[in-house]
Amino acid sequence: MDLFNAIIQVLDSTIRLSVPLLLACLAGLYSERAGIFDIGLEGKMLVGAFAGAAAASVFHSAFIGLGMAILISVAFALVHGFASITHRGNQIVSGVAINFIAAGSTIMLGQAWFQQGGRTPALASDERFGAIIWPGADELRSVPILGPIYSELISGHSVLVYVAFLAVPFTWWVLFRTRFGLRMRAVGENPAAVDTAGISVAWLRYRALICTGVLTGIAGAYLSMVQNGGFVKDMTAGKGYIALAALIFAKWKPVNAMFACLLFGFLDALSIRLQGTPLPLIGKVPVQLMQALPYILTVILLAGFIGKAIPPRAGGVPYVKER
Amino acid sequence: MAQAAIELIGINKSFGAVRANRDINLEIVRGTIHGIVGENGAGKSTLMSILYGFYQADSGEIRVGGQPASIKSPNDAIALGIGMVHQHFMLVDNFTVLENVILGAESDALLKKSIAKARSELERLEREYGLEVDPDAIIEELPVGLQQRVEILKALYRGAEILILDEPTGVLTPAEADHLFRILRQLKEQGKTIVLITHKLREIMAITDTVSVMRQGTMVATRETTKTTVGELAELMVGRRVLLRVEKGEAEAGGVKLAVKNLTVKDSRGVTMVDDVSFDVRAGEIVGIAGVAGNGQSEMLEAISGIRRAVSGSVMLDGKPIDLTGAADPGELRDRGLAHVPEDRHHVGLVLAFEENENSILGYHDDPRYLKGPFLDIDAIRDDARDKITKYDIRPADCRLKTANFSGGNQQKIVLAREMEQDPGVLIVGQPTRGVDVGAIEFIHKRLIAMRDQGKAVLVVSVELDEIRSLSDRILVMFAGRIVGERGPEATEGELGLLMAGVEHREAAE
Repeated sequence: MDLFNAIIQVLDSTIRLSVPLLLACLAGLYSERAGIFDIGLEGKMLVGAFAGAAAASVFHSAFIGLGMAILISVAFALVHGFASITHRGNQIVSGVAINFIAAGSTIMLGQAWFQQGGRTPALASDERFGAIIWPGADELRSVPILGPIYSELISGHSVLVYVAFLAVPFTWWVLFRTRFGLRMRAVGENPAAVDTAGISVAWLRYRALICTGVLTGIAGAYLSMVQNGGFVKDMTAGKGYIALAALIFAKWKPVNAMFACLLFGFLDALSIRLQGTPLPLIGKVPVQLMQALPYILTVILLAGFIGKAIPPRAGGVPYVKER
Repeated sequence: MAQAAIELIGINKSFGAVRANRDINLEIVRGTIHGIVGENGAGKSTLMSILYGFYQADSGEIRVGGQPASIKSPNDAIALGIGMVHQHFMLVDNFTVLENVILGAESDALLKKSIAKARSELERLEREYGLEVDPDAIIEELPVGLQQRVEILKALYRGAEILILDEPTGVLTPAEADHLFRILRQLKEQGKTIVLITHKLREIMAITDTVSVMRQGTMVATRETTKTTVGELAELMVGRRVLLRVEKGEAEAGGVKLAVKNLTVKDSRGVTMVDDVSFDVRAGEIVGIAGVAGNGQSEMLEAISGIRRAVSGSVMLDGKPIDLTGAADPGELRDRGLAHVPEDRHHVGLVLAFEENENSILGYHDDPRYLKGPFLDIDAIRDDARDKITKYDIRPADCRLKTANFSGGNQQKIVLAREMEQDPGVLIVGQPTRGVDVGAIEFIHKRLIAMRDQGKAVLVVSVELDEIRSLSDRILVMFAGRIVGERGPEATEGELGLLMAGVEHREAAE
């Protein structure tokens, strides 16, 4: 039973840890499917996290915090669009610039506004998104096997967790069942075909980037208002890049993206769980190695185990009409 | 007087200093097939792009069905019943036929209804015009002929009454082109108006009712097709008399210069592109390789010139073997007297950002003639470039100009001059006149025959059947990676066309 509980705990933290990855990964999916590389997921999450925590602590409302996180993140997405769609700039350079601006400005503004070394004040419980307990979760807890699965894994997460997982079928539906999705996929493959069909390439790509901004905003809010009780500098800690890796791993497909993010989340959860625990045969493993495990596996998986991932063909190339 | 579907009045369009269209007047009669011919850069595509709303004219008026029309975007053109089949297909390769057809013409925010509607509409179009294509097929898995059909269907689905086709036969086999012409005639019978842009005069003669000729941005003449000749049209296009078929004497073939034995080449996906090919090229003859693009000719050229590794097979150059499966590199082959004019001059033949004189020695830059000690001898290089410019009539005659600023025909001459002037024993040329004007074609053909008459071995690969027939002393036809037949220069187009389509090959196999 101990082992079972341990597994449940690891899976529970897998879900919690994969949520920001999943939101960022889907965010990247919208933009890359539309043909815009977005290495600035990291930065947009970070400004989202900061804006969310700052607004929540000032206005004492989790929802105002979430709204602000989305707003600021979308604004940064539009800056990326302005540089790379309207002015046909290099998408990688623009994305990197956004990451730097995000890292610097959050610390600077945090210090100027709250004087806590770049942190935002610790959020009270009504300023955060609390856990939602599903009906019957407490009563069923004692039922063997199914009880803990229902009450630990399914029930008891914040609303943003459910939003993240519902975003997966929703994104699939948008992508493959709506006119917007059809056009968005087309513009990432062959923008000239979209242009000659009489649709604005720029407006379509801007809309895709707005979707990206909304999702990175939610991802940021999750980090600073659910996982943590406030903003800490550089709290995204490379999650935006892992999300990009997961996106390639998932071959730009929403359901695959969910499994890829769960896998990365699981590795992360496992490394936390196994810290300091002696392993059979090997003995005690240094903490640093355990922490590096998800990244090492990322490299191995991306290098050899996924076969050829074909990105959207117009990805990274600004659309120029004149030939 | 029949009613005009389209009238263009006084159209002007400039790109920077280049006047692409000057005072163009054109009337296209409803229910006819109207051809527009002209050399590359004559302004045909610009004119049609203005009509389709891709560009806006600087001045002038467009009337559609007698009404003045303002066409600011492809949307406006589509609304006026104008559809366009572009030279480079505007299709999303990994979408299905249906998805491509509805893209931009969806009836709903959700796809379900649009797809159902398109499916029944495609069935109707198939019945009416014989345009059959599997609506659920993925575009990239279809042959080009069918991809083009999807483009036509796209236009018809949007209710096009006027259909513009830009160089539609460039990628088709003769049989596919014939099929296209049948479809176009059928569309005409149903009352559609068709505008056909091409530089192939034979097609104009075969299918159009009226033909207009453009030269250097102006409309120089409009003729009824039955009352003109290929010769007259060619002269109008170029502005002087043109030899349509180069004159040449009998070949005096000598010993074998290049012998290819059992060559097999795979592409990057591991698909066999060249399958056990053997042939010889002798001194003093031109061997032409005919075939529809994509049947292994490109890979074969790349293997023989050392750009791509072969899987197996051997090549003898002047009786000495070259190892194409391993260490052969283009530099070594050049040193041994094999010059190569690649098919794709932009990606392989030239560095477009370089000055002309730099490109004119590219690959031969370690030749002592161009060196002063360890440094490039800039003066020698420029003198050499100026010589070639004079000899090959490269325009503009400025060896300091950036190569990107030369026209396609002149860029091709830069590559040809570079390779031919090295006096190689064997010359391999891929698509010698792709994207080259009629006047320059004549010049290039003459130079190739002069090389032959000097006793060089020349191997020409071209998808233009006319070119192969006019140049070659022997014609080899490639299909699906194999050489499926050898013919003399007197072979008819029909005979070669069948070979190119693999027909005879299949019959022989059965």
